[in-house]
Amino acid sequence: MVTYIIRRLIQAVFILLILTFIVFGAVRLLPGDPLLMFLNATDIEALSPEALDQARHELGLDRNLVVQYGIWLGDILQGDWGKSLHFKNANVLQMIGQRMPVTIHLGVLAFFFSSVIGITLGVIAAVRRGRWADTVATLLANTAITIPIFWLGIIMMLVFSVELEWLPVAGYTPINEDFWLSTRKLIMPVICLMIGSLGAVARLTRTSMLEVIRQDYIRTAWSKGLRERAIVIKHALKNSLIPVITVMGLQVRFIFGGAVLVEKVFAIPGMGRLMVEAVDGSDYPVIQGAVLVIGIIVVLTNLIVDISYGWFDPRVRYE
Amino acid sequence: MTLLTVENLKTYFHTDFGLVKAVDGVSYEINEGEIVGIVGESGCGKSVTQLSTLQLITSPPGMIEDGKVIFDGRNLLDYPANGPEMRSIRGGKIAMIFQEPMTSLNPTLSVFQQISEMLSLHLQMDKETQRKRAIELLTQVGIPDAKRRIDDYPHQFSGGMRQRVMIAMALSCNPKLLIADEPTTAVDVTTQAQLLLLMQNLVRQYHTSLIIVTHNLGVVARYAQRIYVMYAGRIVESGSCDDIFNQPKHPYTIGLLKCVPRLDEEEDRRLVPIEGLPPNLINMPPTCAFLPRCPYKIDRCREEPWPALKPVGNQQVACYVDTKLTVQ
Ligand SMILES: Nc1ncnc2c1ncn2[C@@H]1O[C@H](COP(=O)(O)OP(=O)(O)OP(=O)(O)O)[C@@H](O)[C@H]1O
Ligand SMILES: [Mg+2]
Repeated sequence: MVTYIIRRLIQAVFILLILTFIVFGAVRLLPGDPLLMFLNATDIEALSPEALDQARHELGLDRNLVVQYGIWLGDILQGDWGKSLHFKNANVLQMIGQRMPVTIHLGVLAFFFSSVIGITLGVIAAVRRGRWADTVATLLANTAITIPIFWLGIIMMLVFSVELEWLPVAGYTPINEDFWLSTRKLIMPVICLMIGSLGAVARLTRTSMLEVIRQDYIRTAWSKGLRERAIVIKHALKNSLIPVITVMGLQVRFIFGGAVLVEKVFAIPGMGRLMVEAVDGSDYPVIQGAVLVIGIIVVLTNLIVDISYGWFDPRVRYE
Repeated sequence: MTLLTVENLKTYFHTDFGLVKAVDGVSYEINEGEIVGIVGESGCGKSVTQLSTLQLITSPPGMIEDGKVIFDGRNLLDYPANGPEMRSIRGGKIAMIFQEPMTSLNPTLSVFQQISEMLSLHLQMDKETQRKRAIELLTQVGIPDAKRRIDDYPHQFSGGMRQRVMIAMALSCNPKLLIADEPTTAVDVTTQAQLLLLMQNLVRQYHTSLIIVTHNLGVVARYAQRIYVMYAGRIVESGSCDDIFNQPKHPYTIGLLKCVPRLDEEEDRRLVPIEGLPPNLINMPPTCAFLPRCPYKIDRCREEPWPALKPVGNQQVACYVDTKLTVQ
């Protein structure tokens, strides 16, 4: 087990190296000169072409790509994540440190509720297969998968904030400042962010559960005189969740992806917004730093998912 | 004392392809402490019969259409399928062992978890007593080093060992009746003999009745006191084990015996399989289902419906032909 984890961590380092290198190259293909962002317009006019080249040189932007990457990586390893080109002199690590907790707050809530509600819906649908509860749950799941986040966000805003005035329109308040306000502000963003995952988890749970409840060992469980609830929870659920865990691991990626959209719609100052701003402004160091952090989180959650298989399925061996 | 009486049991499956009369008017009984064999080819409805007595048929498509299952003076079919009465019978009074040891145990629960849930459900034992009892049971069914292996998962046991675990589990709450549905089909011949002997010893020790379901007459020969022969959803012959073996009356039983090797015979005998295939149970004709394969058939068989069981000597036989008089 320990050797397995160590091997996976070594793999993770390589994955992160490849990922950051690709992004490093890709951002430099984006239209827009970072220098123009760094210096404001009057500066540029005032500076001679030689001075511009000089500035470019000081930022290291004139070097070979591999050399630039090597320098960046060396700095990162020493704890220097560089400075934003766009917000002059803002420390990248600090920027990420401010934005990340916001997205994690949003993402953890979305992950938790999409899993719990999705699994519950899926189980109910499977156990009541073909009856009205199944029809309703399946309809909800299918709607959840297909609903466009952007549209849902705006409709909810119009209904619950503008018309009914139940919820704040947008914005973010940290949980430790005002728990109630913070939660009220997050209700709509969390719903938007989790809705797709919820549908996917519900559908997969239903399929998987239907497969499990016709297995021989479920018949054995019935023959022991257990109640239906005990059979579903103790005998069927754990087996049914094995494929669902995989999908839940994948959801972490979709949640970061979705955050870009949701944070924009609800004006939440999280990683998603930071990334959009950084790409708009060709803010290379910020993009690179953000990608690295998100990469680390995704790689680690995948590892956690793989390890949790062992708990769900004792047949899994880690070698 | 009769322990269980099944009367005119009918279980049908309403499928897209038509009505499958898997069990079509089956009656049998078993006394306390008795071992009874139910024999028939694959697909003749043996499992469905046994599952029906405990109302374990998945519905839809399965449906118990008619019949009575009298146990302890009560008709079990009067109770709702998963209601409290049925649940206290299952595992507590009537326990089952299934065909497939590889898939009949839950892969994600340890052997202890699977045995102990029955002990706490039916006997309200506390955790410590459950553990002691489970270890005792596993030792009894011949699992070496039971104390250590009790927390292992099913995949860590061989097929034969898993079936032993199933036996331990089934007997854990001292049921009055044990139904073993082809308990040895999936294991090798040596293991098969060991498991059967083990079950015989255990049911004798606890005075439990045992129904052995099998497609192999040879399996029940040594252990069962009485035998029911099933064909296409019905019982076609029944009688004591000796009678069935020494003077089979139904052409199907005669055919079955021809394909069982016997150790007690001096001369070499060729094993002959029954020709043809068992019938498809969908939309059966009203005549005897064995007719197309029967070497003894007479005109009457084609004209009249499937005959009911009637006494012939000490046996019950469902056939128009007196097979003893017919020279083959
Ligand atoms: N869920 C079901 N849906 C439709 N038909 C079924 C179902 N379960 C069983 N049957 C039919 O009922 C008949 C009897 O099946 P059963 O399992 O009782 O046979 P069996 O005698 O136990 O055979 P085997 O020796 O293979 O276990 C078969 O023809 C089968 O096709
Ligand atoms: Mg069977």
